[in-house]
Amino acid sequence: MSVTTRRTRLAAAALAAVTAIGGLAACGNDDDATESGGKPAKLVVDTFGEFGYDEIVKQYEKDTGIKVELRKTAQLNEYRPKIVRALATGKGAADVVALEEGILNEFKANPANWADLGPLVSDHSKDYLPWKWELGKAPDGRLIGLPTDVGSLAVCYRRDLFEAAKLPTERDQVAALWPDWNAFIETGKKYRAATGKGLLDSVTTASSAVMFQQGGDLFYDKQDNVIADTSASVKTAWDTAIAMADANITAETATWSPEWSAGFKQGTFAATFCPSWMLGIVQENSGPENKGKWDVAPVPGGAGNWGGSWLAVPTQSKHPKEAAKLAEYLTNAQNQVAAFKAKGPLPTNLEALKNPEFLAYTNEYFNNAPTGKIFGDSVAKIQPLHLGPKHQAVKENAFEPALRSYESGQSSKDKAWEQFTKDAKTQGAF
Amino acid sequence: MSLSATSAPPSPAAPPPPPTRRRSRALTLNRLDLKVSPYLYIAPFFVLFSIFGLYPMLRTAWMSLHDWNLIGEHSFIGFDNYTRLFTDEYFWNATVNTFGIFLLSTVPQLLLALFLATLLNRTFLRARTFFRMAIFMPNVVSVAAVAIVFGMLFQRDFGLFNWLLGLVGVDPVDWDAQKWSSWTAISSMVNWRWTGYNTLILLAGMQAIPKDLYEAAAIDGASQWKQFWRITLPMLTPTFVFVVTLSTIGGLQLFTEPLVFANGNIIGGDQREFQTLAMYMYELGIENLNTAGYGAAVAWAMFVMIALVSLVNFLLVRRTVK
Repeated sequence: MSVTTRRTRLAAAALAAVTAIGGLAACGNDDDATESGGKPAKLVVDTFGEFGYDEIVKQYEKDTGIKVELRKTAQLNEYRPKIVRALATGKGAADVVALEEGILNEFKANPANWADLGPLVSDHSKDYLPWKWELGKAPDGRLIGLPTDVGSLAVCYRRDLFEAAKLPTERDQVAALWPDWNAFIETGKKYRAATGKGLLDSVTTASSAVMFQQGGDLFYDKQDNVIADTSASVKTAWDTAIAMADANITAETATWSPEWSAGFKQGTFAATFCPSWMLGIVQENSGPENKGKWDVAPVPGGAGNWGGSWLAVPTQSKHPKEAAKLAEYLTNAQNQVAAFKAKGPLPTNLEALKNPEFLAYTNEYFNNAPTGKIFGDSVAKIQPLHLGPKHQAVKENAFEPALRSYESGQSSKDKAWEQFTKDAKTQGAF
Repeated sequence: MSLSATSAPPSPAAPPPPPTRRRSRALTLNRLDLKVSPYLYIAPFFVLFSIFGLYPMLRTAWMSLHDWNLIGEHSFIGFDNYTRLFTDEYFWNATVNTFGIFLLSTVPQLLLALFLATLLNRTFLRARTFFRMAIFMPNVVSVAAVAIVFGMLFQRDFGLFNWLLGLVGVDPVDWDAQKWSSWTAISSMVNWRWTGYNTLILLAGMQAIPKDLYEAAAIDGASQWKQFWRITLPMLTPTFVFVVTLSTIGGLQLFTEPLVFANGNIIGGDQREFQTLAMYMYELGIENLNTAGYGAAVAWAMFVMIALVSLVNFLLVRRTVK
């Protein structure tokens, strides 16, 4: 064996070692984009779905000279693990993080992860829907989130399918069809008799709507004890859903399933419950060929809220002050109206809700439904809610699966209720 | 991680023989080279393994002894998480699901792979390279893509399989509503993706069997079938152990297929009809922030199960050889 080959081997080994170390170094290094003088060169904003911030941040960049990077994640269930990872490892979180109502409470349970925005921004306590503002506070009273949007509630319905079933198609007449939930169920029976199909996508969209209309304590009481088995709101939602399953007025398509997504195009069902953020999803699933076929009507049984978010600043942000200012800017009245017009999130700022541009907005895809007015009217009537720390988990992993198992005939009424209350305890623990 | 452990390069073999000609200048360097460089060559693997394999394992073991909140506090509770496993209905449900899907996917898969490998091993087959490559194709496709496509085929309302069943007068099946149907759907994804892979490995094993054995058997008048039973299968045992062990590891860690089949819901079916152990671990360890320690205990329980099943495989297959 000659010296040269040995040297080559040594070099190769050294190279391999260096590569390994280099790879490690690359993992462990995060460059900190700070300009001299303390002002950040860049702030990062994490959102899911569509918040409509693309144009708004351009103005902010011009005004402040601070670059803003928008990191978007399509779906909430992919978004949450990213935040968890950043919080668990202490690095990688954005400077401004959007938190949805279902996950906000869970993150509020560990308030140390979030900066107190109170001292960092002006006093806005009177500027937003009062209940929405209160929910942005941690149990210890610190302000963690600035309100972005609410979901509110409405019904999306297919005009062409209603017509085929000899039901009225105009918004006002459709609203008159269902002043309350019993009337809605009766309409569903008529639709089934006329077409042989389910009116509604599934009982769980209805149960969500009913639950959020009830307001008050849902799965948790004010002290955050799980009260799934005794909560009046939950029981009402459960009974309404069971009544719908018994009346056979649904297409039994679980929300987000392929059957559900395809159902919008195929006309498997003719109505679903639409918080304002759902409009975009209905539009996307139905496709351009169904433009003008969907319309929006008020929901039976009064106003309620489903969904909506806050902007928070993680304590690990290196620029909490500027990040808080950015969050304040993104949630002010003017920008909430701009975001609504861009992508549809419904304002929570009281001034934005009175904005004439907002109130006059009509949605072209939904047969020019005056969505600004429909949603805006109901926002004021929303009942304050108390969502506990793991509201989302209890709802999605205990409440809705149990209802669906009854709807699809896999479970009896009692067995489904037993499954729900048992799972609610484990899912609700925090 | 046990996979990488089994495929680890053997410990440093004897260093190359010492140089016959001595050059005093290079002597020290040479010695250093001889002593150190073998370790340097294998170092990358061990460095990477300790960071991405060993450390997470030990850390998980440590976490499993705690009541651990992923983004909050944690406190030491000893083996409470492990004792809790024994009475956890959903843990055993996930175990049954995992083994059910594992059997439904591994047994038919290996039998089919053995059959295909035998075919591909035949000398009369034309375009063998083409077939060998073609059979491997499914393995190259991303697992998520497979799961999404199969999810559409197994749809209740507009799925291909229900349409086919409808042609012969069978009512549409709600595939994700029952254990047997959901297991079948998920197993078919696994089978589709891995049969070709196992076929190729078995084929490689078959080609390593000396040809003269077959010639001698043929001269003695042994039929093809007898040759297969008496020569191919026994000689294939080591390959079989490898293939079965790999399938066990993969099968017991099944995660993506059932998760996508459940439309991303970690509980896997309204009544957890097809929640696998890996999904249950994820639910406890990652989704429910407060039970990260318990999730870690499930991870270790899985590790022990895989080790045990692999051991049983090994012993069974070895006994049949003797």
